[in-house]
Amino acid sequence: MKEPKQLSVSAIQNGTVIDHVPAKNLFKVIQILGLDHIDNQITFGTNLESKKLGRKAIIKISDKFFEDTDINRIALVAPDAKLNIIKDYEVVEKKVVEVPDHIIGIAKCMNPKCITNYEHVTTRFLVVSKKNIALKCHYCEKITTQDNLQII
Amino acid sequence: MKNRSLVSIDDFSTEEIIKVLDRAAEFEKQPVRKLLEGKVIATLFFEPSTRTRLSFESAINRLGGKIVGFSEASSSSVSKGETLHDTIKMVSNYCDCIVMRHPVEGSARYASEIASVPVINAGDGANQHPTQTMLDLYSIRKTQGTLENLNIFMVGDLKYGRTVHSLMMAMSRWNATFNFIAPEELKLPDEFKLYLDNMSLKYYEHTDFTDIISKADIIYMTRVQKERFSDPIEYEKVKNVYVLRNSMLQNTKPNMKILHPLPRVNEISTDVDSNPKAYYFQQALNGVFTRQAILCSLLGIN
Repeated sequence: MKEPKQLSVSAIQNGTVIDHVPAKNLFKVIQILGLDHIDNQITFGTNLESKKLGRKAIIKISDKFFEDTDINRIALVAPDAKLNIIKDYEVVEKKVVEVPDHIIGIAKCMNPKCITNYEHVTTRFLVVSKKNIALKCHYCEKITTQDNLQII
Repeated sequence: MKNRSLVSIDDFSTEEIIKVLDRAAEFEKQPVRKLLEGKVIATLFFEPSTRTRLSFESAINRLGGKIVGFSEASSSSVSKGETLHDTIKMVSNYCDCIVMRHPVEGSARYASEIASVPVINAGDGANQHPTQTMLDLYSIRKTQGTLENLNIFMVGDLKYGRTVHSLMMAMSRWNATFNFIAPEELKLPDEFKLYLDNMSLKYYEHTDFTDIISKADIIYMTRVQKERFSDPIEYEKVKNVYVLRNSMLQNTKPNMKILHPLPRVNEISTDVDSNPKAYYFQQALNGVFTRQAILCSLLGIN
């Protein structure tokens, strides 16, 4: 008997596959990329087994191709994410995410006395270290490190 | 420089800082000049700071400008729950420049992005207080004749003192050497040491307040505040260690000057006041001239 070909999330003809998303951050990725506001067909699976991440999520978006600047916005929540660009069911390009130089509106400033934690201000950070993430707040100038990083 | 704000001393290039200092020297010679005639300056003090407010208001008055504003949040619409955003939007309509003091960090940068007029940060929490730094630079240049290659001693609370951090970063533009004297609990934070390392500047740390001050061109004193200590016993141990007394000044350089952002409590003994090396009261007067210069620069008045 032929082994049935199993895909946890069915293949797409054209579009983008975002793989190796930490399962716990799936919905943050969806939110950051604004996938909850677009009309494209989207399928995703979560809590899939992954040797690297333990539990991972995968997102497949039909007929959607991202700019690098857009996709890099997920670097804080899915630093190991891999992107496959699909055309006619074939992977035509692979991309990895890179931490951008500036982070706008994704992270929360860890300084409780910062204006961004008092009023409705879009947070802005300069990335001062990419390896062990360190973000310098544009407003209060304090550093938020990886251990204290909270995604809004 | 028209319609720009001064939120952090880093907002000004070295050339711009020198220009402001030159300008301040002119105001020292001739403080009363009606350059702000017909202009309205808002002084918004969301937390009280009598010294800074009076210095600004004196500067504005000597320039012939008019002042609107408040000296504490309870007498403003903040007490009715208005956001900073709305206050700044509204006040922008009434004035040509905003001078703002606010307890929340980053509030000045935020205000400068909302306001249609220049904003001068008169202190935003523990973050920045650039006009203090500017008057410190003015005092150093005036007394030493230069900003280049000086040996700066900083004493007291080097952990929380924002004036110390800003002055240190500013002086690093002119190849300063730094000596930091502080109790263990109030040592200069690592991020600033890293900054000096990256700039390849020399600095030395001491816990004892001794004869090493004989090398100083400038001694910058700060208050050691009781509330900074987690352990009150530690405070009791150090509170009398970081006190500058007249007898300690014997071997110091003839042209050495003592600065202090004020208010002082007991960290400079009153017997120092009559020593010609004491410069802190003159330093406060210099604040008026530098603020005059900053106001004119930001308003594009030549």
